[in-house]
Amino acid sequence: MTVLTGKLGLWSCLAAAQEPAPAAFWRILMLRDHNTRVVALGVGCLGLAAGMIGCFLLLRRRALLADALSHATLPGLGLAFILLAGLGGTGKWLPGLLAGAAVSAGLGILCILAILRLTRIQEDAALGVVLSVFFGLGIALAGLIQNLGRGQAAGLTSFIYGKTASMLLSDALAMAAVAGLTGAICAALFKEFMLVCFDPGYARSRGWPVLALDLLMMVLASVVIVIGLQAVGLVLVVALLIIPPAAARFWTQRLPVMFAISAGLGAWGCLVGAGLSAALPRWPSGGIIVVVSGGLFAISLLLGPAGGLLARAMARRRLGRKVARQHLLRALYELTETPPAMQPDKARPKPIRFEQLLGARSWSPARLRRLLATARRAGWVEGPDSDDRWTLTVGGLQAAWQVTRNHRLWELYLIAHADIAPSHVDRDADQVEHVLEPELIARLESELSVRYPELARPPSPHALQVEPADAGDPIETRTCKTPT
Amino acid sequence: MEYEPSSDQFRTAELGRFPVRHPAATGAEHPPQSPLSVHDLTVAYHRKPVLWDVDFDLPEGKLVGLIGPNGAGKSTLLKAIVGLIPAASGRVTIYGKPYRQQRHLVAYVPQRESVDWEFPVSVLDVVAMGCYGRIGWFKPVRRVHKQAARAALEQVGMQELAGRQISQLSGGQQQRVFLARALAQGARLYLMDEPFAGVDAASEKAIVEILHMLRRSGETVLVVHHDLQTVREYFDYVLLLNMRVVAQGATEAVFTVENLRKTYGGRLTLLEEAAQAMSRPEGAT
Amino acid sequence: MQDADLSGFVWLPLDTWIVVTGILGGMSCALLGSFLVLRKMSMLGDAISHGVLPGLAAAFLLTGSRESWAMLAGAGLAGLLVALLAQWIHRAGKLEAGAALGVVFTVLFAGGLILIRQSADQVDLDPDCVLYGAIELVPLDQVELGGWQVPRAALFNGAVWLVNLLFVLLLYKELKISAFDPALATTLGINAALMHYLLMTLVAITTVAVFESVGSVLVVAMLIVPPATARLLTDRLPVMLVIGLLLAGLSALVGHVAAITFPTWLGLRGVSTSTAGMMAAVAGLWFALAMLAAPRQGVFTRLLHQGRLALRITGENLLGALYRLQEIDARPSPAGLGTLRAATGTGPGLARLAMWRLRRAGLVAEQGGGYRLTAAGRAAAGNIVRSHRLWETYLGEHLDLPADHLHLPAERLEHVTTAGLQRRLAESVEHPPRDPHGQPIPPADG
Repeated sequence: MTVLTGKLGLWSCLAAAQEPAPAAFWRILMLRDHNTRVVALGVGCLGLAAGMIGCFLLLRRRALLADALSHATLPGLGLAFILLAGLGGTGKWLPGLLAGAAVSAGLGILCILAILRLTRIQEDAALGVVLSVFFGLGIALAGLIQNLGRGQAAGLTSFIYGKTASMLLSDALAMAAVAGLTGAICAALFKEFMLVCFDPGYARSRGWPVLALDLLMMVLASVVIVIGLQAVGLVLVVALLIIPPAAARFWTQRLPVMFAISAGLGAWGCLVGAGLSAALPRWPSGGIIVVVSGGLFAISLLLGPAGGLLARAMARRRLGRKVARQHLLRALYELTETPPAMQPDKARPKPIRFEQLLGARSWSPARLRRLLATARRAGWVEGPDSDDRWTLTVGGLQAAWQVTRNHRLWELYLIAHADIAPSHVDRDADQVEHVLEPELIARLESELSVRYPELARPPSPHALQVEPADAGDPIETRTCKTPT
Repeated sequence: MEYEPSSDQFRTAELGRFPVRHPAATGAEHPPQSPLSVHDLTVAYHRKPVLWDVDFDLPEGKLVGLIGPNGAGKSTLLKAIVGLIPAASGRVTIYGKPYRQQRHLVAYVPQRESVDWEFPVSVLDVVAMGCYGRIGWFKPVRRVHKQAARAALEQVGMQELAGRQISQLSGGQQQRVFLARALAQGARLYLMDEPFAGVDAASEKAIVEILHMLRRSGETVLVVHHDLQTVREYFDYVLLLNMRVVAQGATEAVFTVENLRKTYGGRLTLLEEAAQAMSRPEGAT
Repeated sequence: MQDADLSGFVWLPLDTWIVVTGILGGMSCALLGSFLVLRKMSMLGDAISHGVLPGLAAAFLLTGSRESWAMLAGAGLAGLLVALLAQWIHRAGKLEAGAALGVVFTVLFAGGLILIRQSADQVDLDPDCVLYGAIELVPLDQVELGGWQVPRAALFNGAVWLVNLLFVLLLYKELKISAFDPALATTLGINAALMHYLLMTLVAITTVAVFESVGSVLVVAMLIVPPATARLLTDRLPVMLVIGLLLAGLSALVGHVAAITFPTWLGLRGVSTSTAGMMAAVAGLWFALAMLAAPRQGVFTRLLHQGRLALRITGENLLGALYRLQEIDARPSPAGLGTLRAATGTGPGLARLAMWRLRRAGLVAEQGGGYRLTAAGRAAAGNIVRSHRLWETYLGEHLDLPADHLHLPAERLEHVTTAGLQRRLAESVEHPPRDPHGQPIPPADG
């Protein structure tokens, strides 16, 4: 069987032979070598192009289509090789090979569409069928070529694993051209692509040619795949189309920004990967590029501000702390014996004992102490006094009134509209204004004034200071515990 | 493969004294300036006929309720009008011209599940999509279009939510975004598929207010509606549909117990059986 | 054993072993793959077969050998990792499922490639082998079994097949329910998630168990293509499983034969090509055939049915036209094809063909340059017209359609009205003598 390719390219040979490792790194970083520059240009443009079109593929939920198409290029490569060799050459004329790959990928697209349209086979199976059958055909052809004893079949397997090491200037320029073409098309058709990805039914009803636009996206992806075959190989080029957009998703919620970040991450991952691969010449370049991109994805998944795990966890913690604060305020408010509004001559609300507070909810004593300490720092409570009693301040009273009021609004909403509120359950109380329609709140408020008249008016004649609502908090859902 | 007899001569022999309405005729009974004229529309869904010879004209400037039981073909009718489902026969005209030439005048607001609400776009972006038809190919969305989008948002009372991500909207807000998109399109005929599904009562009232505002401006709105209790309150014109048009007209006149019984009462089992036979590729025999 | 008479086609005992190994490997995959296809998780099979590479490499690095148990364990873990990691990223990161899968398996595969290069000095593992196997080398490694020399790979694949068969037989109900309705399965006490991960683990193990012989690419082909083909041929799960097995076995057999003979078609002697590749290609051939010619789903089959339907409908319309002409004029002159075509709106070719069929069936006779109904034809035509007018009555009564809207729907319905339906139709409108247009309704024939 053929030996794994990744044969040392001329460039890596020189590097390894002449200089010790740290100096080699430096040379690479500074793009001293012509070859390094060529590779940098080539893979950088490849990453750029793949990141751009991959963004729309991801949003169109067709990420794995790239996998099927990349595998479908193999028979075309094989046939092209045979034809070219038969026409009396070495069979390794790159444009010819790539043309064969493109035709084969195009056939793959047609087969997938035919299967989807003419049979009841689902999309995942259609992709799988085309992927494996085309690839099998390609392997059969490759086996044939190999047994022909021409000895150049090894070149064909370089398409499976890729080698950036021996990239020529013409290859790099081709990649740059593809990047330019992809960028131009994506820029010109940005809103059309966005529309088709978001709401294809609406697009069709407005007369946009959804199928043609879909086909254009798939053809662009095929071009990027074909051109990327030599750099990272067939199995891994799909990674370049999927990983950068997926990573970009965690950095922003706006499509144009996501597009730019995806392109940037794609280029960057390829550059860093290629650079590392140059410094580690015996390691497969495609593998390194993909692992580097995977690392970028992992970082984005963890640290990305727009939905990354850390961001989500922090938001949950913030929400949790906020809800705990609100529970405290509400407990303090409810434990005052008579509603403060009914006692205008009482300047301050009455103090509450710690044990009383403890019994109001299922708090641990330590947690309650911490909450009270935080509330005191925020200026809402005073205490503890000699009897371990805590008192709401004026500001605290107003805040507690607002919190209790909003909570009651939520309760009324759930009671009246429980059957259509599953996704609204237990937001923090301040979210009321931001989640429910104003008309609904108005109706709830009129109910509120009937059931809880003491909440209808604020507790002091002064202007109310309300805790500013955080409109940007991501919305979390937990089951709402009704207070005892 | 649908078989279409179309000979006048033969029809006269068959139908005797009754006048023949040939599908290709201009249809003198249909008023030319009706916002929506549906002529003898038959629609098959997966080969099974679900709409039989639906024929009606909508008067201009009315809020029309499309009422009927589940599976009666209401959504199918809307989709067939805008061409998402092909019609087996019949045709649709908008202000006298075929639908294809008048797309910009028709705003189709589908059911909310048809869209991915996790998509990375803001409310303003979605509403601006209504302007895409006017912008045309290759050109970007400019400030004037964004302003039009904001104006549309203001009409539905959502102007301060323009920058919000669509994943953070409630059901009623999502519906209003769709409405705003239709407004930004500058349409004159609105087709809405179950706009009140999953929306609480207060939001529903707010949306109906917007629809009444549309009607006051002279637009025509056709709404697929499922709640019989609110028909009289919302709509001034109704279209009762159960595979065919049972009745159409002003609400007070047409929304009667008798007509409702005909629309909702009983299944046409024989017709369904035959329709089922039609959907089998081998045919009934 | 064939000899060199057949232009160089030689079949050796080792070929038989190759085929047997391929059949057993293919069937193992097809069995599990049926459930993957049903659960719309075909690409998960592809992902797992790529993602086991680092598991294999790690097993080699750790144990320093190609011992089967280490390999299987590494593969099982790696496969499970692919499924779990992809699921987690999908849930926690809210990323689309396909993209999550794509990220996971490509990075793992890349990592595997790197690991293999690292270990290439210590251990002889060829990633090409992982990709497309070396089934041709299978007979070289033989073990003793009850006095016979059997290739180890064949034994191994056979064992894997038995394990998978046992799995499917024992857990058939659970697999079936959790494939169709995981929520229902959970409420019935069947842990759908457990079934899912069990299936994934077995897929991973099968992948690696047969990769040595057929390679991971062929594994994907056998996981998906025979079950998909079977899906086109039947609606019943047990039949689908059996057909999948048969097709996998057939692909292996024909694939190997083709691998040997295919190069000879291109004029090359003494050369064969990759068996694994040809097996996948042959599996694709069956799929294409099924797509075109499957009994109910096939493209050609449906076109054929549509053509037959069009002929039948045209024939019935022609009969109806002749009948109606006879109603107008009791002794009509024979009607020419042109008249009938104009009356029914049919194209020339279709009309001619349909008329030929009617003549052959004895329903219509040619006379004096035109056509007339025979006695049998008159009865058949009367039946059609009866259905038509009964439908018009029904539609007028129950659907309240206006009189000029009755003809077109009845025109459609008359062609799908069986005798039983017609009888019930007549009963439901109480056997009227005339239709809403005043035309007489022909009586039912005995």
